[in-house]
Amino acid sequence: MRYAALVMLALIALGPARAPAAVFNPETFTLPNGMDVIVVPNRRAPIVTHMVYYRVGAAEEAMGKSGIAHFLEHLMFKATKNLAAGEFSRTVARNGGRDNAFTSWDYTGYVQTVARDRLEIVMRMEADRMAGLALTDATVDPERDVILEERRQVIDNVPARRLSEQVHAALFLNHPYGRPIIGWEHEIRGLTRADAEAWHRAWYAPNNAILVVAGDVDAAELRPLAEKYYGAVAARDVPARVRPAEPPPQAARRVTLRDERVRQPNWSRTYLAPGLLAGDSKHAYPLQVLVDLLGGQSGRLYRALVVDLKIAVSAGASYDSDVVDLATFGLYASPTPGGDVEALERAIDEELAKLLRDGVTADEVERAKTRLAASAVFARDSLGTAPRVIGSAVAAGIPLAEVEAWPERIAVVTQEQVNEAARAVLRDERGVTGLLLPRAAP
Amino acid sequence: MIRRLILAACLLLAPLILLIWSPAGAMTIERVVSPGGIEAWLVQDQSVPLTAIEFRWRGGAALEPADRIGLASFATAMLREGAGELDGPEFARALEDLSIGLSFSASTDGLGGSLRALNVHRERAVELAALALAKPRFDADSIARVRSRILAGLARQSEEPRAVAQRALNALIWPGHPYARTLEATVAGTRAASADDMRGFLARRMARDNFVIGVVGGVTPTELEPLLDRLFGGLPATAVPDDVPETAPAVAAERVVVLSRSTPQATMLFAAPGLKRDDPDWFAALLVNWVLGGGGFSGRLMTEVREKRGLTYGVSTALLPYDRAGLISGSASTENSRAGQALDVIRAEWKRMGESGPTAGELEGAQAYLTGSFPLSLDSSGSIARLLVAIQYDRLGIDYLARRDGLINAVTLDDARRVAKRLYGQPGLLAVVVGQPDGITATEPPPPAN
Repeated sequence: MRYAALVMLALIALGPARAPAAVFNPETFTLPNGMDVIVVPNRRAPIVTHMVYYRVGAAEEAMGKSGIAHFLEHLMFKATKNLAAGEFSRTVARNGGRDNAFTSWDYTGYVQTVARDRLEIVMRMEADRMAGLALTDATVDPERDVILEERRQVIDNVPARRLSEQVHAALFLNHPYGRPIIGWEHEIRGLTRADAEAWHRAWYAPNNAILVVAGDVDAAELRPLAEKYYGAVAARDVPARVRPAEPPPQAARRVTLRDERVRQPNWSRTYLAPGLLAGDSKHAYPLQVLVDLLGGQSGRLYRALVVDLKIAVSAGASYDSDVVDLATFGLYASPTPGGDVEALERAIDEELAKLLRDGVTADEVERAKTRLAASAVFARDSLGTAPRVIGSAVAAGIPLAEVEAWPERIAVVTQEQVNEAARAVLRDERGVTGLLLPRAAP
Repeated sequence: MIRRLILAACLLLAPLILLIWSPAGAMTIERVVSPGGIEAWLVQDQSVPLTAIEFRWRGGAALEPADRIGLASFATAMLREGAGELDGPEFARALEDLSIGLSFSASTDGLGGSLRALNVHRERAVELAALALAKPRFDADSIARVRSRILAGLARQSEEPRAVAQRALNALIWPGHPYARTLEATVAGTRAASADDMRGFLARRMARDNFVIGVVGGVTPTELEPLLDRLFGGLPATAVPDDVPETAPAVAAERVVVLSRSTPQATMLFAAPGLKRDDPDWFAALLVNWVLGGGGFSGRLMTEVREKRGLTYGVSTALLPYDRAGLISGSASTENSRAGQALDVIRAEWKRMGESGPTAGELEGAQAYLTGSFPLSLDSSGSIARLLVAIQYDRLGIDYLARRDGLINAVTLDDARRVAKRLYGQPGLLAVVVGQPDGITATEPPPPAN
């Protein structure tokens, strides 16, 4: 990630269930060279958010080359035949715009937000760096150092992030989702300019990219611009996205990280779960409902652990189904000061046993579905949300129609489906328990 | 330019309504005053069926009694933990079931609040928010629960390198002033805070004569007026005067403090005297700071420290105007073995800016960015409401958005050079480094363990 935290996006809800499905009302077309274009008109302000997503991420990296997808993301801001190193961002800023980029396991994205009348400038530059870079060791070498500093800052210096990295590695025995997106430190050191150039050549083709533009523009206005700038980049063959599959989980795992800087312990459990596209994907929407009713201050976990038992200060759950392969379903809690993490774990296991034995109530399910429906309205209120939600879903391979049908999908989730999903996923052997503890034993 | 002609014409409109033609398009700010005399600024937008209300009171944590540091955060957090007939869990459920966003917060100089709701639930949202302000319960078990949560949060942060650096910095630059608060005092104050302490603090601070309100969404002035009275009518008429003394950062010479921690990376904060928001040099300072370290990849620090030398993932500087003092502060993190090198480059760039200021090209670039990018931040109802609050809080005037570009573009190269010398040409810069940095020598021991 170039200058901010790695983006994890949750799928967002939509309007009242009985209304016809429409989250963002996108328009779409495809260029002759295969580049998909999605436009989300929003005339609220004369600004546009312009994004290019490449259908390639850290999960495409070869063994021993972790971090190259993210490294190239950084290097995309260096020189091309037409731009000097750093000129991309300086040009955006001079035009009153903002820009950023991010790498995930499944995609790499580049984003600029500018006034409507500056859109062509960013399109021209983005298409230019899609066509090719002019990297030199003089610019590549310092950027490798920057990435090492980034790794130190966001992971090595943060005990909770170090633990999370270890938990992911333990959860995915074979699949590359177990590798850190930023790369293992020793492998980052070995990445070369040739690696970056090869990565760009292999994956950064227009037929492997999605253009998502939201704001004060529609498809009719955008099409000639897209054809002019991106249409000029030739299509070429791109490797298939083949990831080693994950074998069925067989054993519960436990990862403990002790660090002298930890003063407040933390407990988590991360389960291997189906996503929208992989595994038993019929559970994906019910899991979205489950994660909502487990979390929040009025959710099951907080009520039981924080309010009733008073053994935790916080508790919640997470789930992201917008991934190419298997997803993760997480639970987390932090004990009261001086409290016992083991007692907390026992209490959580009891809550889970109750959940699996007795199931969720119809009332819980309805309230969760209502909350999810409302969140779509809030999503439309923020101009930057639509392109990110759409881009990350479509780049993972989720059809745009599915994104737009989200409210209907949630509306038909039943209590029984939620229970079935919980029973399928919340099994010991599917989970890695993570403990963040102080250095000295309590 | 046509845009400027329209601006001039707009200034002739009736004073209660100002049509702002900014690059963000026409955005009308209306002053709305309730029957009870409560004023709010409103931007109507019927395109999304929700209403966002932001509000802020003058006077915050700096007014805590010395033996109750942490009271402001604790008290504001408790406002959401039960009110009227609804205890903590019931109140949380009432809000969450209808996706009503209600929160309160405390900062050094102010207390804030935020209410966001779908219009279909707006009546209930106002009812619950009004209840929170008028009849907070402060139940013993809720207090215990929130106390645990705050203490756990303080513990979590206590050895986080950035937090360690920030606390040390505060202790060094604001000695003897309420802006300096130790972790020890915050933990003690949080432990000791009682329901009466919290009620008393809020009653002194949350009144109708020391706050500003911004509203954005699908609501008309006629609809808004009675809502304002229902929301805030129960507050006391006047707040106790805010008597935080004026101060200035205690940085008159180079000061370097190292806090030894076994982390792989050295975390650095640096600070020097700055200026307050109402300083006549404000925009010149904003522009010069942008050229040095506020402008991301367009700034000199990122170019020298990150792009050319690969010494850091991020380095930046910012103007931090407090109510009683002005500060410039910056940060960078670098691996221990190169931390000294990074700090040397930062100091050299700081000094270079102080000596000769920005170039004409750099100044123009900064002006282009700060004028052109402003509308980008108006990307949600909440962010626009927060802007309305900020304009009122800083007393910038309802025509501020129409004047802002002009103020930025009026800064000359001479102004910029003078202000660069004023801010970056002084002998003093304080650096606080947490880690085990090579090539950095402390000039004094760290402040007492806090």
